[in-house]
Amino acid sequence: MSLLSLQNISRNFGATRAVNDVSLDVAQGEFFGLLGPSGCGKTTTLRMIAGLETPDSGSIRFQDQDITNLPPERRGFGMVFQNYALFPHLNVFENVAFGLRARHAAKADMNDRVRSALELVQLPGYEKRAIDELSGGQQQRVAIARAIAIEPVLLLFDEPLSNLDVSLREETRGELRELVTRLGLTAVYVTHDQEEAFALCDRISVMVGGKLMQTGKPRELYEEPADITVARFLGRNNLIRAVRLSSSNTSDGEFKTLEGGHTLHVAVSRDELAPLNKPVMLAIRPEHVQLSVNHDGAENSVHGTIREIVFAGATSTVRVDANGLLLEALVVQADGLQVNQETTLILRGDKLRLLKEG
Amino acid sequence: MKKDRSLLRVAKDRILLFVVAVVVIVYGVIYPNLSVISASLQRSGSWTFANYREVLTQGVVIEAIVSSLSLSIATVALCALVGVPLAFLFERFTFPGRRLFAAIAALPLVLPPLVGTVAFIFLAGETGILAHAIQNLFHLEQPPWRLTGWPALLLFHTYTMYPFFYVLTGAGLRRIDASLAEAARSLGGSRVFVFARVLAPQLTPSLIAAALLTFMTSMASFSAPLLFGGNVRVLTLEIFTARQRGDLTLANTETVVLAVISLAALIVFQRYEGTRKFAAATMKGAPRRRVTIASGKARVLAACAAIVFAIILVLPVATLFLVSFAREGSWTTQTLPAAYTLANYQRLFSDPGAAEVFFNSFSMAAIAAVAALLWSFCVVTLLVKRERSQPAFLGRGGRRLLSLLILIPWALPGTVVAVSVAEAYGQPSLLLGSFVLVGTFWILPVVYFLRFMPLVVRALQASTEQVDPSLAEAAGSLGARAWQRFLRVTLPLVWPGAVAGTLLAFVIALGEYVASVLVFVPANRPISIAIASELRDFNLGAAAAYGVVLIVIISVSMVAAGKLERMR
Repeated sequence: MSLLSLQNISRNFGATRAVNDVSLDVAQGEFFGLLGPSGCGKTTTLRMIAGLETPDSGSIRFQDQDITNLPPERRGFGMVFQNYALFPHLNVFENVAFGLRARHAAKADMNDRVRSALELVQLPGYEKRAIDELSGGQQQRVAIARAIAIEPVLLLFDEPLSNLDVSLREETRGELRELVTRLGLTAVYVTHDQEEAFALCDRISVMVGGKLMQTGKPRELYEEPADITVARFLGRNNLIRAVRLSSSNTSDGEFKTLEGGHTLHVAVSRDELAPLNKPVMLAIRPEHVQLSVNHDGAENSVHGTIREIVFAGATSTVRVDANGLLLEALVVQADGLQVNQETTLILRGDKLRLLKEG
Repeated sequence: MKKDRSLLRVAKDRILLFVVAVVVIVYGVIYPNLSVISASLQRSGSWTFANYREVLTQGVVIEAIVSSLSLSIATVALCALVGVPLAFLFERFTFPGRRLFAAIAALPLVLPPLVGTVAFIFLAGETGILAHAIQNLFHLEQPPWRLTGWPALLLFHTYTMYPFFYVLTGAGLRRIDASLAEAARSLGGSRVFVFARVLAPQLTPSLIAAALLTFMTSMASFSAPLLFGGNVRVLTLEIFTARQRGDLTLANTETVVLAVISLAALIVFQRYEGTRKFAAATMKGAPRRRVTIASGKARVLAACAAIVFAIILVLPVATLFLVSFAREGSWTTQTLPAAYTLANYQRLFSDPGAAEVFFNSFSMAAIAAVAALLWSFCVVTLLVKRERSQPAFLGRGGRRLLSLLILIPWALPGTVVAVSVAEAYGQPSLLLGSFVLVGTFWILPVVYFLRFMPLVVRALQASTEQVDPSLAEAAGSLGARAWQRFLRVTLPLVWPGAVAGTLLAFVIALGEYVASVLVFVPANRPISIAIASELRDFNLGAAAAYGVVLIVIISVSMVAAGKLERMR
């Protein structure tokens, strides 16, 4: 049963279609991510959920009520802005108490709730501080405290960590997830950072060019990108252009790569089968490409020459030129390998995916 | 050791500039003001408060103080009442006609006060177009109103000074990060609550700044009270008439009173502003989009408002333009002048007297503006650290004191500046020996320089502070010496701002009247004095033609200055 439901939402700004026919459902207690490159419409979608923008068409339902035209102040959603939007003329206490004052909370109750909100974000005793005396990380925490002080039924995050430096971002990320889980909140989280979305979210929608491309658990998105656009955006995929061979009519498709002319077997269901003689795109993650010296002749093995070895700590990326087909393999142990060395790559058939046109 | 040597080098570079700064400040600011104060405290050679005791018990003087203060307070209130709602309407919404009004909203700010006053008389005076139109329409014996006294002054002040509120409120609204209001609403604040708790406090500094500017300008207002103040006696006018009568002691004492009120207002307002924080969020915020007024009735209403206000703004200038083509004596009881001619302009360009007047104003304004530009480079070098590594020549306190002293002639009414310079250099003086500045051509360029150089200093200071210090450092790391860093890095980046400020000072000086009328001599008779005397002789067309030429010059200069500003 979904808590929040967007049904065919669209929003135009002049001639540009910022959000194009987006539908999604968020369940109670879920940490839901909206992931996409900048300008993809994810922030506009979030702002429509918050009530700061009105959709041109479609509807938004919350707890089975239509809230499409409900003003933001009557939704009771907490929102954390990318630039925090802390009120510079008010101190920390007044910032956190702002929503409570708007609700005419009793003084004692207000004091308690501000104090506990600040404790939750680990800023106890900061009540009297001015906003410009705080570091970026502390301002970030005040923004979160302000949003949770109103005990929101839904928490909205608009790239809240993008103004923090890397180490602080990872630390805050963990705390944020822990806080949301502990308070049993439902959250919608907008980000362009794939790693951040994967680490935080239960489910993610990938948005590109105003459209929702794919929704799923992080692992699903990572291993089974639905189409070329998602595969490209999620990155680090070997994208291989190929055509299905006319001779194959078995359940596993047989493809010939356009570059290199290698034959590959891909586990595809019958209804997914690509039309004959039409170029399609196959994808495989570098970690599913194995390097081997003595497996010539095994299924999905291609022969090639090592062009580059990039050391990256725990793993190394090996770039191989297989007769014109450039492939990347991720290996843990690259000690014996050398540039210009001949090698054989094995592409695991169960990990090769046939992509839809995106 | 090394540090000492670099300090010495910096000191050698700056010591000359510092000496120039001290000399100008002493001659231009400190000595004249002290002269007036000391003159007001002396009677037949001995120190006494008798002048003040006498002046402050005179009914007329008290009345003038009360009038000036009430006029200024009422002006502030009226200008806020007009300017703030207009700023909200035009900054927050979009509708047909919005651009039209927004483009000319600040027009009254660039009208020289005297020209504006004259235009107002032609438009709304008892023998002006509006009065004639109504009189002829209803066949009245008498003109329907007289443009005189409080209503006339308040109307004119609102027309000329509302842009302070309009412009500054608009800028304030633009500066407020839109995500603040959004955050407030997402936290459950109603529109009213968000306005009171978020927008209003953020807007307060802009409103205070606007109130201050309006108050000071109104306190210094002279042309309107002179030409249609009727029996409203304000301080500037009292000082002028006292000097005309030859009662210098009374004029000096009243000048000190006016100066004290102006400076006190400045201090009070700045105190209040200092307690307010208005740090704008600098990170990416949601840009505020103007809301389109979509509903039919509201849209028509807003468009009508834009057009009506635009017409009201343009009418006085249009009137001036029309009258400048009127044949002298052809405009008596008709609504519009009956006959038109180019004679007024022909006279302006053929009469040697008129040519001399233009030459005087041009040369004096140019001298003052160029001097102000040079002076600004000198002062800004002392005020702004262009490079981080450079030790400051002046300490924090020194810089603040210098800024304050520079600002004084700007904060003081033109009447005060003119009277103080006249008092200081009207006889052989301590600083100039037997040379008497008053009575020479140079008195007006000096007064113009003092009054308008703060504008140029501020413009140059602002553009210098915007230059990233690391640019000069980068130039240094590439081997550029100090003078090369200045000529090749700093100067190209700051000159558009500096020249824009200089142009502004130039055009204001070109139409200056308040101070000129107190100290001009036949040798330097400026345009404004010519306009006033044409008006006195009822040569309305000639007065209007002078005004139109001034407006054209000012418009061209302002467009040029605007272009330069955008180059920054």
